[in-house]
Amino acid sequence: MSGDVNKRKVALYGLLCLLCVPFVFPTWWMVTSSMKPISEIFSESLLPSDWTFSTYEQVFRMQPFGQQYWNSLYIAVVVTIGTMAVAALAGYAFARIRFPGQNVLFVVVLTGLLIPSEVTIVPLFQLFQSLGLTNTHWPLIIVPIFGAPCVLAIFIMRQFFIALPPELEEAARMDGLGRAGIFYRVALPLARPALGAVAIFTFLHSWNLYLEPIVYLSTPDMFTLPQALTQFVDIYGGPMWNVQLAAATMTAVPILVVFVLAQRQFIEGLAHTGVKG
Amino acid sequence: MTFWTYRRRDNLVGYLFVAPALFGSLTFVLIPLALVGWYSLNEWNVLGGTFEFIGAENYQQLLSDEKLRDSLVATAWFAAGLVVLNLSLALLLAVLLNQKLRGTTVFRTLFFSPVLVSLVAWTLVWQLVLQPEGSVNGLLGFFGVDGPNWLRGDSTAMISVIVVQVIKNVGLNMVLFLAALQGVPAPLYEAAKIDGAGVWTRFRRITIPLISPTILLTSIITIVGSLQVFAQIAVLTQGGPGTSTTVLIYYLYQQAFQFHHFGYGATLSVLLFVIVAALTLLQWQMRRKWVLHER
Repeated sequence: MSGDVNKRKVALYGLLCLLCVPFVFPTWWMVTSSMKPISEIFSESLLPSDWTFSTYEQVFRMQPFGQQYWNSLYIAVVVTIGTMAVAALAGYAFARIRFPGQNVLFVVVLTGLLIPSEVTIVPLFQLFQSLGLTNTHWPLIIVPIFGAPCVLAIFIMRQFFIALPPELEEAARMDGLGRAGIFYRVALPLARPALGAVAIFTFLHSWNLYLEPIVYLSTPDMFTLPQALTQFVDIYGGPMWNVQLAAATMTAVPILVVFVLAQRQFIEGLAHTGVKG
Repeated sequence: MTFWTYRRRDNLVGYLFVAPALFGSLTFVLIPLALVGWYSLNEWNVLGGTFEFIGAENYQQLLSDEKLRDSLVATAWFAAGLVVLNLSLALLLAVLLNQKLRGTTVFRTLFFSPVLVSLVAWTLVWQLVLQPEGSVNGLLGFFGVDGPNWLRGDSTAMISVIVVQVIKNVGLNMVLFLAALQGVPAPLYEAAKIDGAGVWTRFRRITIPLISPTILLTSIITIVGSLQVFAQIAVLTQGGPGTSTTVLIYYLYQQAFQFHHFGYGATLSVLLFVIVAALTLLQWQMRRKWVLHER
C-alpha cells in the first residue's frame, strides 16, 4: 500500500517538474543569455562558456537606461499610491455612506469596467496633445489614477468595506469620531489586505504599460522600461539579443526577488480578492 | 437645530469621497467614449489635416474592409485558443497543487513567477528562443524533429503568441482555481468515494459544478483580457506574417497611429467597445442562469 503511495508521489513530482520547465526556463535563459557573448547567443548550453558583463555596460551606453528605470519606477509608485487613495475613498463611500444619487453615481463609475482604456486612446491622445502634455509623463499618471484602470480597484475596495461589521463604526461614532475620522482611523487600517492586493496589481499594471507609452512618448529620456527594452537594435534594426536581455534582466529580476521573498502574502492577497489585474 | 446635522455632513463627506473617482470617470472614460462616437462619424486624417463629417461612411468601410475581417478572425482564434489553453492548464496546475504533497508552495511560486516578469522582458526572451536556430528548435532537434520558423509561419505565429501569453499569465487563474478548490467541502468527496465514484467522476460531478463560478469568472476575464493583448503582438510578430496575428487592438493601433486615420481608428474603437461590453453583459446573464450558486 505505502509503495503505491510513494509511486504516486514520484509520478506527481515528475509531472510537476516537467510542467515547470516552460515557466522557469525563459527567466533562466534571459539571465544567462545576457551574460553570453553574441557569438554564443544561439548555443544550447545552459550556462555561458565565456562569461561577459560588458552587455550591462552597453545597456547604459546605448540608452539613458538609468533615467528610463527611474521613469518607470516613479510613475508606477505615484500611480499605485494615487489609485489606492482614490479607490479607498470612493470604495468606502459607495459601501458605507448613504447619500442621494449614490446608486446612479456608482453605475457611472462602474461603466469604466466595460470600456478598456484602449478604446478611448484616440480622444485621450487628442486631449493631452491640446494641453501640450504629449511626451510628458502626465498621461501615464493621471489616466490610470482616475480613469478606467482605477475602477477595478474601487470595486475591490467597495466589496471589502461592505463586508466590514457595522458595530465597529458605531462604537467609533459613540466616541465622537466624525465620518472622515471613522474612515481614516477605523476602516482604513482594517483594509490593509484589500489595499495590498490593489497595490500589487496597480503597480504591475503601470510597470507593464506598453501601448500608452509608445503613443504618448517620443524621446528616449522620457521612455519607460517596456518601451526602452525594444530599442536595443543594431543599425539594421536587428535585435542585439544579449544587450536586450541584459536590460530585460535588470527590469525583471528585482521584482522577482521581491515576489519570492513575499510570495505568500502576494498570492493569497490576490486570490482573496477573486479578481485579477 | 443647526444646519449641519449628522445626516447632512455625512452626505457631504460621501460626495467628497467619490468626487475624484467621478471626475476621472467623466473626464477619462465617458467623455472620451462620446468623442470616440463622434470621431467615428468623421473622416479625420491627421497628416492631411482633414476633418470632415461623413456620417456612416466609416461604418460602411467597416463592413467592406477585408483586412478587418482577417483581423476579427485572428482575434477570435486568439481568444479561443487562449481561453481553452489557459483554463485547462490553470485547472490542471491547481488540481496538482491541491494534492497533499510537500513542496507545493515552491511549485506554486514557480508557476506564478512569470506573472511578475515584466511583459516586454518576457516577450523578448521568447522572441530569442523561438528563432529558427533558437533553443525551442534546439530541443526539438534533440528528439529528431526539424522545428519550423515559429514567428514567420501563419499558424505557428498564432500558436506562438498564444503559448507565450498563456505561460505568462496562467498563474493568476491557477491561484483563483486553487482558492476555489480549497473551498470544496472534503466530505462530499468522501461520500462519493463510498458510493464508488472514481477520480474522474468525482472531478466531473463534484469539482466542476462547485467551482463553476470561478470557471465563468476566469473565462470572461481571460477573453476580455485577450482583446487587450498588444505588447506581445507588437514585439513578437507585428501582426504578421501577413495579417495572421493582427488582432483587433493591433489593427486599431495601425490605423490610428501608423496610418493616421483617426476617424477610422475611432470606428474600430467603437467596435472593440461593443465586443467587450457585449461579453461583459453576457457574463452577467450567464451568472444568473448557469452557475450553480453565487459565492
